[in-house]
Amino acid sequence: MAFFLAQFLTGLANAAALFLVASGLSLIFGVTRIVNFAHGSFYMLGAFIGVTLMEILPGHVGFWGAILLTGLAVGLIGAVVEMVVLRPIYRAPELFQLVATFGVILVIQDLALMIWGAEDRMGPRAPGLRGVWRIFGEPVPKYDIVLIAITPFILFALWYLITRTRLGVLVRAATQDREMVGALGVNQAWLFTGVFALGSALAGLGGALQLPKGGADLLMDFNIIGAVFVVVVIGGMGSLPGAFIAAVLISVLNVFGVTYLPQSTLVLMYVVMAIVLIVRPYGLLGREEVAGEHGQVGAPETPIRPYGPLGMALVAALIAALAIVPVFAEQFVMTLIVDMIIFALFAASLHFILGSGGLVSFGHAAFFGGGAYAAALLVYHTDTPMELAFLFAPLAAGLLALAIGWFCIRLTGVYFAMLTLAFSQLVWSVAFQWRDVTRGDDGLVNIWPAEWLNAPAPFYYFTLALGVGGIVFLRHVIHSPFGYALRAGRDSPRQAEATGIDVKRVQYAAFALAGAMAGLAGGLFVFSKGSVFPTTLEIGESFDALIVVFLGGVKTLAGGVVGAGFMTVVEDWLTRLEYWRLLLGLVIIAVVILMPEGIVGSLRTLWNRLRHTDEEEVR
Amino acid sequence: MLSVERIHSYYGKAHILSDLSFEVRRGEVVALLGRNGAGKSTTMKSVMQLVRPRQGQVTFQGRNLVGEPAFRVAKTGIGYVPEDRRIFTDLTVIENLEVGRQPARKDAPHWTVEQLFQIFPNLSERRGNRGKHMSGGEQQMLTIARTLMGNPSLLLLDEPSEGIAPVIVEQMAATILRLKAEGLTVMISEQNLHFARAVADRAIIIEGGEKKFDGSFTELEAHPEIRDAYLSV
Repeated sequence: MAFFLAQFLTGLANAAALFLVASGLSLIFGVTRIVNFAHGSFYMLGAFIGVTLMEILPGHVGFWGAILLTGLAVGLIGAVVEMVVLRPIYRAPELFQLVATFGVILVIQDLALMIWGAEDRMGPRAPGLRGVWRIFGEPVPKYDIVLIAITPFILFALWYLITRTRLGVLVRAATQDREMVGALGVNQAWLFTGVFALGSALAGLGGALQLPKGGADLLMDFNIIGAVFVVVVIGGMGSLPGAFIAAVLISVLNVFGVTYLPQSTLVLMYVVMAIVLIVRPYGLLGREEVAGEHGQVGAPETPIRPYGPLGMALVAALIAALAIVPVFAEQFVMTLIVDMIIFALFAASLHFILGSGGLVSFGHAAFFGGGAYAAALLVYHTDTPMELAFLFAPLAAGLLALAIGWFCIRLTGVYFAMLTLAFSQLVWSVAFQWRDVTRGDDGLVNIWPAEWLNAPAPFYYFTLALGVGGIVFLRHVIHSPFGYALRAGRDSPRQAEATGIDVKRVQYAAFALAGAMAGLAGGLFVFSKGSVFPTTLEIGESFDALIVVFLGGVKTLAGGVVGAGFMTVVEDWLTRLEYWRLLLGLVIIAVVILMPEGIVGSLRTLWNRLRHTDEEEVR
Repeated sequence: MLSVERIHSYYGKAHILSDLSFEVRRGEVVALLGRNGAGKSTTMKSVMQLVRPRQGQVTFQGRNLVGEPAFRVAKTGIGYVPEDRRIFTDLTVIENLEVGRQPARKDAPHWTVEQLFQIFPNLSERRGNRGKHMSGGEQQMLTIARTLMGNPSLLLLDEPSEGIAPVIVEQMAATILRLKAEGLTVMISEQNLHFARAVADRAIIIEGGEKKFDGSFTELEAHPEIRDAYLSV
């Protein structure tokens, strides 16, 4: 019993930092609608800045003073990020900003590496709180008790700020209708900056406060961001008490998970999130997200059209050019192009469900990696011929999408995104931990294509045919009646239903098709590399696809493909350099700011402007 | 006080307002009349800069507004009450009023929460209620009160009588006349000619985003063909 209590207290103490970081993210999302992936980076900055300040400042005052100063410093950094990176792109399509925040992650990672070096830092002990107190005989660190005692005060202070002050009233009003808040004379730009700074400061405080328990290292940002999103989603986006309850729930479960079921730790919180979202689609204390609430929708969609003769000719020329590459090119060029085509097909499948379906999936890698693993497992365990195993990749991925989609499709917006993320984490943890079958992180190796394909040029043509074929097929579907129904459901679900379209069923089918196509890309991937590892199922893989789709342009058909090509080439150049993350991050941020409609969208706007200037002047 | 000169406004490629000009003088109540889709709401939004006119000028007390963000337009003293009310449904009545609060202005009547509760007694009874638990009429009162908290010198009321019980419409007319008596300049958009005549000094009629008539109600009555052509009676 005493042991049980001590475990529980440890969980509560862990919840303190998690709650701080999560409440910051929740605030930022509530007001600005930005899904801030970089929030974990502010937490990491908080830890590093905290360590540095604690080394400089002595004693009690130094320790607690350093924590407060850290909050202030990270808040300032957040304000700068908001003003420089995010302010220019608030009018961009919904969720576009998350690409910019991904760029921020990369920049902060390399800056932290430059400033603090690659070595982990031990956090200093809190002065006067070094030992343990015994509670029913069990040792509980004094600092844990202090953290447990502090958390309710933080919750109360935030609650007071949000419910009892003018700033809080404005924040809540802006969460609901920011355009109206502006029309009443409130400068939204500063409100946004203020909220972003406050949210960042909370993340920084969390990072500094956990120092005596954890320390500071360069993986902190990615390690916490998953948990933070889970907490915010379980609690309900924008709800502080919800975030508190969820932080406690996750932290306590985690402590018990480590003790009683160590294999569960990687996936436990995602399972909890999936259950909560299936039972309560808007989190424990969240309110229903109404798509297109006032001031939160962009300009109406410009309908996409099939290419005219010029476009067709260009595509044909591109394919012809790709077809003659093996005649003169060296092998590494072919490998690069194979990578590019596979990634382009993967991105196109995500683009299909995201652009035309309006469903933002954060877990699309489940189908890419799922397809790859399906084929690889057959070859590895049963020596299935490659041709058959390859066909199994899209099939298995499509079935997986049917299974996952059955749970996810009833949700919308960020909640849909998070549930797909949860399921993809489940799939990943199966691949990672079911060692008997998947060999865990040793991966499955020696998965080579059949004899007739097992050379650079034949496999190149194989990839070209299936990759281009898959992309063309997806485009064809978008322009078919099914595609019209899908787009109708995206633009106006109610009207679409009123005309007799079963929106959810159409979306479900589209989700399965997108999954199958991602699986096809996965099948090509596994036979091009000869191996597959759990990394193909990671969050990072899903986000890569997401980023290229947004970079290329969500509202254009070629977006995914162009984005994938752009990213493959840029990464190929930059990863040779030492601080490639910094540069890649800056490139991403630059593209996002300069081309808010994505590469294809912005080029098209520019083209239209050039063509129509004479016309407009006459008017 | 407010001068709109030859503005053209668009939604995407749709041309909504075309070469529209009019003036609002200090102390008057002007009614902007027209059918559904005539461009009344877009006119108001174009003044507020919630829709940016692509051509033309909007000047308020000598200041050009085109290109300014909406919050700055509000700070010059223009209060805007949108057609669809847009109260903050998760906030209480008092909190809704707080969002609208701005410092006092020299050239405009100054409102306190208590004064507004005298004008809108229903709101006083419901001061702690959340917006979502209120009737349409009460929500309309709340949007007007919320905008008045900004102490505007010009009030833009977009279809205040729409979707409201006739008894409340009468109250609304009395309220607008009271606001005028306090020294406020008001522009209302309306489809209800009867209501407009009861409160306004002058009528502007638009159709298809173009101005068709600008004059007194006496003049308008002398030309029933205008009324029949542009207003649904």
